[in-house]
Amino acid sequence: MVKQILPKNLSEVLELISKEKYRFCAGGTDMLIQNHNLKTLPIDFKDNIIYTFNLEELKGITEDEDFITIGASESLESILENKITPQILKDTILQMASPAIRHSGTIGGNIGNASPAGDLLVPLYLLNAIVQLQSLKGIRSVLLSDFITHVRRIDLRDDEIITKIIISKINFDKHQFVKVGPRLSDAISKLSFLGAVSFHEDKVIDLRFSFGAVNITVVRRPEIEAQYIYKTKEELKNSVDELLEKYSEYIRPIDDQRSNKEYRKTVALNLLRNFIEEL
Amino acid sequence: MAKIDFRLNGVPVSIETQLNRRLLDVLHEDFDLIGIKEGCGEGECGACAVLFDHEIINSCSVPIANCANKDIVTIEGFSNTSRYKILKDAFEEEGAVQCGFCTPGMMIAAESLLNKNPKPTTEEIKIGLSGNLCRCTGYNMIIKAIQRAAKVGEGKW
Repeated sequence: MVKQILPKNLSEVLELISKEKYRFCAGGTDMLIQNHNLKTLPIDFKDNIIYTFNLEELKGITEDEDFITIGASESLESILENKITPQILKDTILQMASPAIRHSGTIGGNIGNASPAGDLLVPLYLLNAIVQLQSLKGIRSVLLSDFITHVRRIDLRDDEIITKIIISKINFDKHQFVKVGPRLSDAISKLSFLGAVSFHEDKVIDLRFSFGAVNITVVRRPEIEAQYIYKTKEELKNSVDELLEKYSEYIRPIDDQRSNKEYRKTVALNLLRNFIEEL
Repeated sequence: MAKIDFRLNGVPVSIETQLNRRLLDVLHEDFDLIGIKEGCGEGECGACAVLFDHEIINSCSVPIANCANKDIVTIEGFSNTSRYKILKDAFEEEGAVQCGFCTPGMMIAAESLLNKNPKPTTEEIKIGLSGNLCRCTGYNMIIKAIQRAAKVGEGKW
């Protein structure tokens, strides 16, 4: 029989996971559905579970001069409604699920799930998000792009829990998030695209792209982005074909029930082209 | 088994339960509150919506563990309020109810929206209802009903 724990505080969680293996359930919006079987209600969890949604230590959105820190159990809707949340994150959240799901679903859950189609991961990769993990041994900080190692696989040790997500405070001159799904809400992405750029006197000083649901995790290629820094807007626009060719290598989607690889790849690259051409 | 205390329709309640039960099942089985429906069971249709600390959630996608010390209001509890009366009249006036299966969820979505935003634009109403499916009305009557309720009930939200 699996154990189910509703912990009083984070210390209790750290003690428990230092001794035995547990899975975490935050909002439950994915875990309940993944394990839902009408014949075996209540939900048939196969592992020991710790419920983390209401842990006070995992709540809160704070800022200092350079960074914004978001507690892992903050719901998507509370992040959306918070004044200090960057617009780029808000634009993404607004296209995720529905208000009801956004009130339950959490940022830590979206990261822990590590779905290739996790929409929130797209801006978090673009913002170089850092995931903070805690165990009895201390705190470990990992770049999100290193933390997610494969489809639904994360670099979380058995004695660790995701406590915070840290993003740098940054504004872009222009950003655009496009989600392609079968309908506007409550849809899992066929693919998504996020572009962001800043100029100084007509020269590119920051350029970032991330793509969702077109590879095992979000595609972000800083080494390609860096090749276009200090180009003028015109030069950037003139290099659009070359840019698409460079990304083409990394846009490697699959066929599944939501879409097929040809469609996903074509649309992803078209969205990149549109973003550049409309600058 | 664990003890979970929460407020249900304004009344403090306490149950001994398995933590992995869905809030939906607890409301149906332990409290006989059957106004909310299980439509899809996957968080996509909104027929099981309730207010969770005054915000809409899908009770099919919430483990009872997450409800400890929360304030849960179902359509039954909401129906005792003056806001409900305004919404009910508006839904009737605009023909926003046909088969009625989605209606409790629609009313909860409307309350969750108006509580935060008493004068929503049409676009904001559409976002507010975006997690609730209706296969009868085509939505236009429901949107009009919420616009009417916001106007008639000005100052109530």
